[in-house]
Amino acid sequence: MTVYAAASLSEAFEDLATEYEAANPDVDVKLNFAGSARLAAQISAGARADVFASANAATMSRVVAEGRTAAPPVLFVRNRLALVVPIDNPGNVTELEDLSDDSLVLAVCAPEVPCGALAQAVLADAEVDADADTEETSVRAVLTKVTLGEADAGLVYATDVAAGGDKVAAVPLGPQIRFNDYPVAAVSNRDVAADFVDFVLGADGQRILWSHGFDSP
Amino acid sequence: MTGRRTAKEPNRRPPIAVVVMAVIAVAVLALPLVGLLQRTPWSSLGTTLGEAATLEALRVSVVVSLLAAAVSVVLGLPLAWVLARLDFKGRPLVRAVVLLPMVLPPVVGGIALFFALGRRGLVGRALHNWFGVDTLIGTTAGAVIAAAFVSMPFFVITAEAGLRQLDPRLESAASTLGAGRWTVLRRITLPLLAPSLAAGATLSWARALGEFGATITFAGNHPGRTRTLPLAIAQANEAGRPEAAIAMSVLLIGVSLLILIGLRHRWIAPRSSRPESSPETSPS
Repeated sequence: MTVYAAASLSEAFEDLATEYEAANPDVDVKLNFAGSARLAAQISAGARADVFASANAATMSRVVAEGRTAAPPVLFVRNRLALVVPIDNPGNVTELEDLSDDSLVLAVCAPEVPCGALAQAVLADAEVDADADTEETSVRAVLTKVTLGEADAGLVYATDVAAGGDKVAAVPLGPQIRFNDYPVAAVSNRDVAADFVDFVLGADGQRILWSHGFDSP
Repeated sequence: MTGRRTAKEPNRRPPIAVVVMAVIAVAVLALPLVGLLQRTPWSSLGTTLGEAATLEALRVSVVVSLLAAAVSVVLGLPLAWVLARLDFKGRPLVRAVVLLPMVLPPVVGGIALFFALGRRGLVGRALHNWFGVDTLIGTTAGAVIAAAFVSMPFFVITAEAGLRQLDPRLESAASTLGAGRWTVLRRITLPLLAPSLAAGATLSWARALGEFGATITFAGNHPGRTRTLPLAIAQANEAGRPEAAIAMSVLLIGVSLLILIGLRHRWIAPRSSRPESSPETSPS
């Protein structure tokens, strides 16, 4: 079985696949991680995927519109925005408002990708006029620049903080009203595809996803 | 072998197998481009290319690639001279290191540039402390450095080949006749070398124009400063806007083709049968 999943789901879906294989020894789960938009394009072009998990609803809807899903997509997790800084915090960033300081080197996602759209919305809500030095097309590229200490601050997903290890620290953002909702759908008609989607939505699957920092929708 | 046949005339017919393989090779190289052109939304091409964001990316591309080519020439020419003329022990190693960016994935170059010129890098720390350079992320200077890193080897290898083909007797004759070192360089070496230098500069310019991985890794993606056409194309592609990506790709292919066609007589298909003493002046 082949599962196409958004890059931000990497570690969580590796755990999910391990658990699922343990419960279903006859199933071999193959994982393909990339940006949601790229995966959607591949599936629309006929890639042999059984399950697709996207980082936002808009990308999933493109695959649905092409008639490539076998069942309607279901939201299975949501992700929050996180502000990360290098562990020694050279820019002395302590709140979101600090990002309006132009001398800070700030990395964000490009507005066209899901994490960038979320960052824009959160900054607009807080009325923070932040001038980003770089707009990355992948949330992990933002994280890398902060991990290396080349950026003073970066806006990533809450679930990416753990991937930064002991090189980054998260700055608390307070209560948030904005989220990215992740839909999952069976792409093929195989029973195992529907079964895996059920597993992701079920108690065991959700527990694994929480352990990686995701929230339930 | 009939024995009766004498080798009067060599067989002028091209060997079929070679021609067939050559046609396959052209297909491998050209088919993806044909596929792209076939999917190009020609009717909306003008609109996409006229968008402010596209024009801005084109401007950044032109500025960054020309500056990178200039850096390649200014630093690459002395390097080519050292490699061609000085006999020293570590020369094979130096040459290998110089050519390494040609075969490395550019993203490796981008990461390596961080460890050299980044804020916490070897030289970057000094830049920071002595010259107050805060960061190269999101700056045109950073984009130029990244592009020069990948494109300079193309100039060095071409200029070095040109220097090696140069007949050293011309230079020594000039010295014998009383010309100083500087005069020899200016009146003999550089004019003779001009075709190689032009070819090398153009080639490194074309390579800088197509640079992506080192730029986005090291200099980031900032509109108007580091977002070149390749970066804008990748971004449009990731964002699910394939039409914009295709339109900008056609633009980039067009510009690159023009540059490479300009190179045709110089480097890609040198006219070995005829000396280039009477260059074709017809506008092509």
